[in-house]
Amino acid sequence: MDVLTLARLQFALTVSFHYIFPPISIGLGLILVVMEGTYLATKKPLYHEMTRFWVKIFGLVFAIGVATGIVMEFEFGTNWAAYSRFVGDVFGSALAAEGIFAFFLESGFLAILLFGWERVSPKMHFFSTVMVSLGSIFSAIWIIVANSWQQTPAGYHLVETPSGTRAEVVSFRDVVLNPSTLDRLSHVLVGAFLTGAFVVVSVSAFYLIKQRHTDFARASMRIGLLIALVAAPLQLVLGDLSAQGVARTQPAKLAAFEGHYPASAAAALHLFGWVNERDERVEFSVAIPGMLSWLISGDPQRPVTGLKTFSPEDRPPVNLVFQAYHAMVGIGIALIVLSLLGAFCWFRGTLFRTRWLLWIYVFAVGLPQLANQLGWISAEVGRQPWIVYGLLRTRDGVSKVVGAGETLASLALFFLVYLLLSALFIYLLDHKIKQGPIEEEAGIAGKAVSQ
Amino acid sequence: MNLDLNTTWFLLVGILLTGYALLDGFDLGVGALHLLAQKDDERRIMLNAIGPVWDGNEVWLITGGGALFAAFPHVYATVFSGFYLALMLLLLMLIFRAVAIEFRGKQPMPWWRKTWDISFSVTSLASGLLLGAALGNIAAGIPLDADHEFAGTFLGLLNPYALLVGVTTVALFTMHGAIYLVLKTEGALHSKIRGWVNNAIIFFIICYATTTMATLLYVPHMTATIKAHPILFGVALLNMLAIANIPREIQHGRDFRAFLSSCAAMAALMALFGIGMYPDIVAASNGPANSLTIYNAASSAKTLGIMLAIAIIGVPLVLAYTASIYWVFRGKVKLDRFSY
Repeated sequence: MDVLTLARLQFALTVSFHYIFPPISIGLGLILVVMEGTYLATKKPLYHEMTRFWVKIFGLVFAIGVATGIVMEFEFGTNWAAYSRFVGDVFGSALAAEGIFAFFLESGFLAILLFGWERVSPKMHFFSTVMVSLGSIFSAIWIIVANSWQQTPAGYHLVETPSGTRAEVVSFRDVVLNPSTLDRLSHVLVGAFLTGAFVVVSVSAFYLIKQRHTDFARASMRIGLLIALVAAPLQLVLGDLSAQGVARTQPAKLAAFEGHYPASAAAALHLFGWVNERDERVEFSVAIPGMLSWLISGDPQRPVTGLKTFSPEDRPPVNLVFQAYHAMVGIGIALIVLSLLGAFCWFRGTLFRTRWLLWIYVFAVGLPQLANQLGWISAEVGRQPWIVYGLLRTRDGVSKVVGAGETLASLALFFLVYLLLSALFIYLLDHKIKQGPIEEEAGIAGKAVSQ
Repeated sequence: MNLDLNTTWFLLVGILLTGYALLDGFDLGVGALHLLAQKDDERRIMLNAIGPVWDGNEVWLITGGGALFAAFPHVYATVFSGFYLALMLLLLMLIFRAVAIEFRGKQPMPWWRKTWDISFSVTSLASGLLLGAALGNIAAGIPLDADHEFAGTFLGLLNPYALLVGVTTVALFTMHGAIYLVLKTEGALHSKIRGWVNNAIIFFIICYATTTMATLLYVPHMTATIKAHPILFGVALLNMLAIANIPREIQHGRDFRAFLSSCAAMAALMALFGIGMYPDIVAASNGPANSLTIYNAASSAKTLGIMLAIAIIGVPLVLAYTASIYWVFRGKVKLDRFSY
């Protein structure tokens, strides 16, 4: 394999693995704020116990998120040096801002969250929880700004320098609020809230099935389900808005989402299908004619730019994007159904003993994770062959001095290390869940209240 | 020297990396000493001495890297792709170190703890060595081609001078970490660590003297600026006095002042490094025309200005909550049920 393919594989592996953890941190961070806030308002020891248990899970997730995150920051320079030279003026600022505004906030207050229970007042501890949650959201903001600029560059001009052409900032405001930032940020954040909510719902469902820590599980489940109930339908709306944005700004990507080839014709929405890229059509599909046109413009007759508008070397890999996008949407709809089913049972008072639904919830923890990954595949593979859309091709972004041998060595290394990390993470998570929350002794809870 | 935006950012990146050295330096040093403690409780105390802060300390490296990317993208691109295998090793070390700290206390089995103890110590030592060797290579200069791309080899990076700077960095971090542990411990462990401090100081002073001699003999360009501006010899003097003051304060039991002296010594060392490099950031060993300077490697003035605004808003905040966190966790380490 050539160095370009290897570098892309390595980036795909390291970023996919990394992205298992930040959405849990962001989602669980919000849930911790809700739990600890409820505790401060009601002084019920149960909510203290809940916060303490989920903080432990949060700590574990955060540590692996940081360790795998450093890899990402280094990788732009190690494997994508030509890209770094081209975008450094624009992209680097967003990364540096993430460090200054988000990482320090998160890691600093996390110390109090994990180790400060008996060193600070309950209010100060709650304040730290809020800061950690905010930090994780700030981090999402800056990294999405950076990534969105790659998708829809704005606020820059191209400058010839002695070291080659590069993009330089003209308007920082336009860089930050480029055409896709807000669409993508809201979609990513709500995806993260769903991820966190389903982690809590899944563990709670497991305890309810096993009839352990039932008070804890019921209270946790209610919070998780409430968030899912808001986030899941909202995500459908935000996803639709995001797709409308893609239609305006990245027509080749949108056409790949639906395998839409005709240069200018009304576009159908495929429920499923298989894109035959050689014959340029979608096979084995069930489609609603005009539906895509209607979704992005409100008019089923409106022509949609198709892949034939683009010469073959300017098209993304269509079938991969098509499948990833459709699977993501399918999972999104499944999550809405699951949330509504839960709400229905909750309303009827049977939620905590509907065993078949609880069993589904135990395994549903993987669904938002899968949707996150598939969404990123749609977004990033759909951007190809560009590393900065319309400006720089991926093949021109790779480091010039790093060979295929070195890249293969590091790729193999990351593969093995991440395999080991996954095993350890699952082992410890399983251990923590089986161990369960530690029941609060009245004394400690009382002490915490009186402080 | 005029204090334009490029020089300001040279200073700011330097300050971020100095912050990293001062803070992560002591927790890497604690890792280097970890296996010297025999009992599980002692190892737990050492680990919990850095428990609440090591993660935040590492953020200085991440932010330093981000600032380098934003302010001097060509340095970031050249060094990170040029030092490819060395950086991959560093990443591996940092991953395993984080995992070791986090996972060690999660199971009671002796084999489990021993495995993570060894990885914590080895990765801490290796991180210091790799960071120091990278610094040594930058100081000595590396071959760059006309496009400022690295033109050397991985084996070329393992030259004696770079390795010497690497070992000196390990010695410095070990001393710094030992002094930090003296501050954070009490009882029998405290007395034991006092013994380590003295050995660590001697080890560091030997390395320091050797590196100074080697620099004067083999890397004379690092001293050219001081030669031309004798007033800057004051920084070298300050460096020497700060180092000499460490054993004195330890002797008198003024441990916190010993730690401050160690910080001052590190800051002065970084300042000497910066003075030696300026206005180059990466000196080409094969001809100054190919060097990356604060001008030809920098982002546009507009971006440097925006970044400066971000730094002016952000850095005071960062310093404020870093100080608060250290204040909350001040005093001797006591193991409780939230400890590692």
